[in-house]
Amino acid sequence: MIRVEFLGPIGKEPIEIEADNLLDVSNYLKRDESISKWLDKCAVALNDMMISDPNTPLKDGDKLSILPPVCGG
Amino acid sequence: MMELYDGDLDTKEIFGRWLDEQSNSNYGAYIPFVGTIRAEDGIEALSFDIYEPILQKWFDDWQDRAKAKGAIVKMAHSIGDVPVHKSSYVSAVFSPKRRVALELIDEFVEDFKANAPIWKYDVIDGKRIYAEDRSTPMDGFGLLG
Repeated sequence: MIRVEFLGPIGKEPIEIEADNLLDVSNYLKRDESISKWLDKCAVALNDMMISDPNTPLKDGDKLSILPPVCGG
Repeated sequence: MMELYDGDLDTKEIFGRWLDEQSNSNYGAYIPFVGTIRAEDGIEALSFDIYEPILQKWFDDWQDRAKAKGAIVKMAHSIGDVPVHKSSYVSAVFSPKRRVALELIDEFVEDFKANAPIWKYDVIDGKRIYAEDRSTPMDGFGLLG
């Protein structure tokens, strides 16, 4: 299982899903309109490391964090 | 060292302490930056969410970049509500000579705005409203889009 956490203003509780890669996660999340509307603007972290490779493999126990647009300061 | 506080920052205490801590380090330049909440668009306060594990990594990377130039960076940020005219963010660079510090504070503050995992909300009539129009997608966004 992959744990998916939604940070900041997305305002959703974490979920656990079966997924082997980011495409699986994307397809799952796009079923929920309240999440899918965020996805094209969000960055992604795997086990608290920012990732940029769409082919990043996932394994059981991984944590994905979905990070919407930021504005510190 | 990165510092996080509930509510507004005591900027004088923080800057004074940082100055004292480096008083014998032989840095020739100390450049502080203060971010203050402006009264505009009817807001009472701004409010902040932070994701600390990634913020700490972002800051550690910057500490390494500064160290490679013989400098150090520091920052403090608020969590939760900060009223107008108070400060929510301070940062600073210490370096042996001014040029490095002047360049680093610019790069450090700009990258902070673009890539530190912090979310800002306007507080109006006690309600928290995500500051979507002032927010920037982080590097690498759209991976799941």
